[in-house]
Amino acid sequence: MPDSADLVYAYDGSFEGLMCCVFESYELREIPIVIRHPGVPQSLFDTAKWIETDEHKAERVFNSIPLKISCQAQELVKLGFLTCVPHKELLIYHFLRLGFKVGNKVMTMLTDDTVHTLLKAVRHLTSESHKYKGFVRFSVYGEVLVAVIEPKNFVLPLLSQHFCNRFQNEEFMIYDKTHSMALIYQSQKAELIFVDELTLPDVDRTEVEYRQLWKQFYNTIAIEGRTNPRCRMNLMPKRYWGQLTEFATTPTIPTFPAAALVKRSQFQGKS
Amino acid sequence: MGCWKIDIFDKLTILSDSAKYDVACTSSGVERSGKPGSIGSAAKAGICHSFSADGRCISLLKVLMTNVCVYDCKYCINRVSNDITRVGFTPIELAELTINFYRRNYIEGLFLSSGVIKNPNNTTEQMIKALELLRNVYHFSGYIHVKAIPGAESELITRLGLLADRMSINIELPSQESLKLLAPDKTKESILRPMGLISTQIQEHSTDLAQYRHASKFVPAGQSTQLIVGATPDTDHTILTLTEGLYRKYHLKRVFFSAYMPVAEHSLLPSIDIKPPLLREHRLYQADWLLRFYGFEAKELLDEQNPNFNLQVDPKCNWALNHLEQFPLEINKAPYEMLLRVPGIGVTSAQRILTARRSGQIDFSGLKKMGIVLKRAQYFITCKGKIMQGLNITSDGAIRALMADQYKLPSPYPEQLSLFNEPFITRKDVQQCLTVPI
Repeated sequence: MPDSADLVYAYDGSFEGLMCCVFESYELREIPIVIRHPGVPQSLFDTAKWIETDEHKAERVFNSIPLKISCQAQELVKLGFLTCVPHKELLIYHFLRLGFKVGNKVMTMLTDDTVHTLLKAVRHLTSESHKYKGFVRFSVYGEVLVAVIEPKNFVLPLLSQHFCNRFQNEEFMIYDKTHSMALIYQSQKAELIFVDELTLPDVDRTEVEYRQLWKQFYNTIAIEGRTNPRCRMNLMPKRYWGQLTEFATTPTIPTFPAAALVKRSQFQGKS
Repeated sequence: MGCWKIDIFDKLTILSDSAKYDVACTSSGVERSGKPGSIGSAAKAGICHSFSADGRCISLLKVLMTNVCVYDCKYCINRVSNDITRVGFTPIELAELTINFYRRNYIEGLFLSSGVIKNPNNTTEQMIKALELLRNVYHFSGYIHVKAIPGAESELITRLGLLADRMSINIELPSQESLKLLAPDKTKESILRPMGLISTQIQEHSTDLAQYRHASKFVPAGQSTQLIVGATPDTDHTILTLTEGLYRKYHLKRVFFSAYMPVAEHSLLPSIDIKPPLLREHRLYQADWLLRFYGFEAKELLDEQNPNFNLQVDPKCNWALNHLEQFPLEINKAPYEMLLRVPGIGVTSAQRILTARRSGQIDFSGLKKMGIVLKRAQYFITCKGKIMQGLNITSDGAIRALMADQYKLPSPYPEQLSLFNEPFITRKDVQQCLTVPI
């Protein structure tokens, strides 16, 4: 295949768009060195080739993946597109080239740089999404639950099934601040929408009280003699703390630290 | 309402403070989809919702129903002779708290334990009442871990088990003698009998389930237990052999270890200012993993002559150093069972090696990409018949690499070193390991 040294593709940033880039490359027998998404600023003398998104073409490429490689590869490509790895478009493109060449075997080539990098990026995505299944913190506003997250990867599509299934009778929203997207679930239906900015009203007294109960539980459950901040940090890095209720400063009603309570009780004797 | 909450605040503080010495906080072992009209689901792998300052996972709302207790176990904060405030949750308070925490995604479910109120039967009945409210009225289908009270009737334990996902009975003390000394109200029999009962019930119900689709599920996530480490002179060998027995005989899902945390001054217990043997606990967990996922047997790791773990080297590395005749291993040929025995190779990386072998020969740089810890593995493996390039046989680096563990630990554990009766691994050991003919 001829390889023009500075061929740049630009696409609309959608998954279908990326599939069309793959289509274009195979049809014209050319290999891009960059696949650019719309977020990247372009120079004045831009020579990038614009790839129009065509659903029909995208489908042809996407459907050929399980036939020529495997279903797992198709899944990997889908997930790869949600990751935050730099130049994910080019990575997926190279993975597909390799896959179309060697077939199913590509999934066992764990020592190949492209395969290794893509798998690692997807592992980062799935592990972050798994963490968020636990770290999402809802606040109750009337009847609606609202949570804010700041993930590195675009985890909302992966979280959707888990939370919709768990809270079938609730109405909720998870707002992804990093990607300006929100998962909204109401009347048993979920959708992902673009949300530029979110301003939340003040919370009511009940909400404040439950936050405090949770903070109190969080602080009480740790065993002092085993304090291990490094271990905690490894398992729950600081970047998650910003949206965690247990670390937030909330308006307060009077609280008693656990130690003080135990001391006080010693004077009361048994009840 | 406000007054009720302050009350709840105090209760939560006292009853979670008393429950925190239970180590188990996992929410794993059962996959259950949500249902319309109910709240909650369960994930097979379990989900951690937070990590407390001691680095332990917080997955469940871990509380006692009450800290009133008629027993006098010397090591326990709730023993009858201890002068503390006694409180208890009503079933409604407990259900409200669980549901409201769960809705906000603070927790994966409830871990309910209790002091013994009047007698084991009465206590179990109270717990059944609370869980029935949560399951049947609040329609909660998240995870529930419940502690069975030793000495309760079989029929009550069965009813409790049908409401829970996991049930546990803590053995706490690894031998009959220790029990007699420190927990005079409990006997080995009173603990093992319900454990046997739960195990049988789980098996019977799973047979029923195979036959009738709507048969009810009895503790689908299995049972677990906890052993205290360091309150009594029991050796690691005793503890690990007991653990292995529990997995085999009672099909336990997990055995947890809890480094003894002095909560009471008593002539029969270690001094109150002793540090908990955290490193020893860590070694036991490592060995527990070797039993459950790596195909090791307890007798391969410890015996009468070496009854305690080497605190300098992890159990697997220790085993490898004692079995140098089986190394080095050729990565491209070795069977899975042997790959698992190489220090620095875990279950995931062993599986990756198998996968990668299908598409070609693996070299050292490939191993690194697959997540093998070469710093440890390098002394025990070859790739395509060669040892790792630049492997410096005589350097101190070798010893340091194999000893890597101790550099990671947050603080020294001086009281542990006195237990240490094995010679520190010598340079000769490592050299011997490195110079095995290829």
